[in-house]
Amino acid sequence: MSGSSHAPAAHDVSDPFARPGALTPTSAGPVVRLLEIEKYFGSNHVLRGCTMEVYPGETICLIGRSGSGKSTLLRCANFLEEPTVGAVVIDGVRVDADPLHARSGTHREQIRQIRLRAQMVFQEFNLFPHMKVIDNLIEAPVRVKGVPRDQAIATAEKYLDKVGLSDKRDEYPARLSGGQKQRVAIARALTMEPKVLLFDEPTSALDPELVGEVLVVMEELAHEGATMIVVTHEMQFAREAADRVYYIDEGVFLEVGPPEQVIDSPQDPRTAKFLARLLNKK
Amino acid sequence: MSLGGPGVQAAIDDLYIHHPGAIVAEIAAQRRRHTRRFRITFVVTWILLVGGLVGFLVAGGKIDSVFLSKWGGYILGGVGTTVFVAVCSVSVAICFAVVGALGRLSSNSVLFAVSTLYVSLVRGTPLIVQILFIYLALPQIWSGFAEIPAIALGVFALSFNYGAYMTETFRAGIQAVPRGQTEAAEALGMPSRTRMQRIILPQAVRIITPAIGNEFISMIKDSALVSYIAVPELLWRAQRVGQSNFRTLETLLLAAGVYWALTIVLSLFQDRLEKRMAESDRRI
Repeated sequence: MSGSSHAPAAHDVSDPFARPGALTPTSAGPVVRLLEIEKYFGSNHVLRGCTMEVYPGETICLIGRSGSGKSTLLRCANFLEEPTVGAVVIDGVRVDADPLHARSGTHREQIRQIRLRAQMVFQEFNLFPHMKVIDNLIEAPVRVKGVPRDQAIATAEKYLDKVGLSDKRDEYPARLSGGQKQRVAIARALTMEPKVLLFDEPTSALDPELVGEVLVVMEELAHEGATMIVVTHEMQFAREAADRVYYIDEGVFLEVGPPEQVIDSPQDPRTAKFLARLLNKK
Repeated sequence: MSLGGPGVQAAIDDLYIHHPGAIVAEIAAQRRRHTRRFRITFVVTWILLVGGLVGFLVAGGKIDSVFLSKWGGYILGGVGTTVFVAVCSVSVAICFAVVGALGRLSSNSVLFAVSTLYVSLVRGTPLIVQILFIYLALPQIWSGFAEIPAIALGVFALSFNYGAYMTETFRAGIQAVPRGQTEAAEALGMPSRTRMQRIILPQAVRIITPAIGNEFISMIKDSALVSYIAVPELLWRAQRVGQSNFRTLETLLLAAGVYWALTIVLSLFQDRLEKRMAESDRRI
C-alpha cells in the first residue's frame, strides 16, 4: 500500500489492493465484486468510484468518518440505494447500475437475486414487531425462497441456537434487549443462507454494555469462514476479525490492507487523523 | 413557624422521618376518596339532569307512556337493522379504504388519479346527497338498480362514503410504519406485494385500529340517514310510528336515547381496546 491518495483508474475494474485473506486458497475467485460504484444524491457526489473484491470466507471492515460514504456503499451493494454508475457482482449475478430504468421488471428481478445472496444486518435491527422471533426468521425463506415450512423452521432454529437465543424462539421482538434483537437479526440474515453478510454499523444503536454480545457472534462467524462486509467503528473488532480493512474518505478508498497495517500504521495522514481521534475517544 | 409549639413540630417531624409509609398510605387513601367522590357526583349530576328532563316531560303530560309502551317494541326492533347496517358498512368501507390508500400511495399516475378523484368527490359532496343519488338517481341510468334491495344500496352508499375518509386514515397508517421495515423486507428479497401484505399492512392496521373504532361509532349515527331510502332501521321505524300518530316527541326521544346508549357502550369497548393495545405495545 503506497499510501497518499489512491483513486482507482477509471477503467481498471480489478482492485490492485484486493488480496484474498490468509485462510483463503488463492485460486478462489471473488464472491463479491463492487465495480466502480458511484453515487450521487442530487448533485452531491457521495461515492466516487469504489471498487472492491471480496473473496469467500473473508471479513472486510469498512471504516471512515460519518458522511464518508461507507454506509451508502454497503447499501449500494444490495441496491437499497441504486448506484448511479457501476456494477455489482455477487456469486456470479451481475447487476449494472441503471438508475434511469430502476423500475423495469427485469432490473428489479435481478436486484432481488442479488438481495437473496447478500443479506443485510441493520443498525436499527428492523425486526418485524408483529411477528414472533421464529416467524421473523422463517418469513422470507418460506415466502420468498419457497423453502418448505418445517425445513425453514429447522434452519431457523439452528441459527437461533448459533446466536445463543434458542430460548427466545417464541418471544416478540419488543421483549428482547437491543443486543438480543441484533443477534436475532443476524440469525434472520443467516437463515436466508446468503453468500455474503452485509453489516451496517450493527452495534451503533446499542448501549455500550450490549455491544460485546453482538461482536462475539460476529467474530465467531468471521472465524468460521462466513463472508462478511462490515461497516463499523469498532476498531477492536476490525483488528480481531478483519482480513482486510478499507478506509473510505469522501467517497474514495484512501487505504486498503490488513488491519495491522491500516489501523496500526496508517500511511495516509487523513487515515491517521481519523484513527487517532477514534482511538483516543475510547 | 411551627403551629403548635415545639412538641407538635417534633411529632410531625417524627411522622415524616420515621413513618414515611404512613404518609404514603394517607396520600393514597385521600386520592381514592377524592376519586370516589368525583365519580359519585358525576353520576348524580347526570341522573338529575336527564331524569329531571324526562320526569318533567312525563309529569307535564307531554309524553304518552301508554303509546310508547305499545309501539316501543316495534321501534326497538330496528336496533338490529341499525347495527347490521353499521357493521356491514364499516367492513365494506375498510375494503374501499385499503384499495384507496394503495392508490393514493401508488407511483402509477392513473391509480393515483383515480383514488384521488374518489376521495375528492366523496368528501366534497354531502353524504345524504350520495345516498339519495344511489337510491333515486341511479335507476334512471340503469333500471336494474331498482331491483336491488334498499338496504344493500344503503350499505353501499355509506361504505363508499366512509371508505373515502378512511382512505386517508389508512394512507397515514401505512406511512407511519417505519421506513426500516420496508428496507428490511426489501433486503430479504420480498417483492412489493408480499412486503405490503405481510409486513406493512399488519402494522398499519394496528396503528389505525383506534381510528377505525371511532369511524364505527360515527357510522352507528350516520346509518340513520338510510331511513331516507326506507330501510326499516331505528330512525325509520320511529318516524313511521311517530308521524302517523302525531307523537314524534316520544318516538324521536326513544330513538335518540337508543343511539346514545349504543355509542356509549361502543366508546367503552373502544377505551378497553385502546388500553389492551397499549399494553400489548409493550409486548410488540
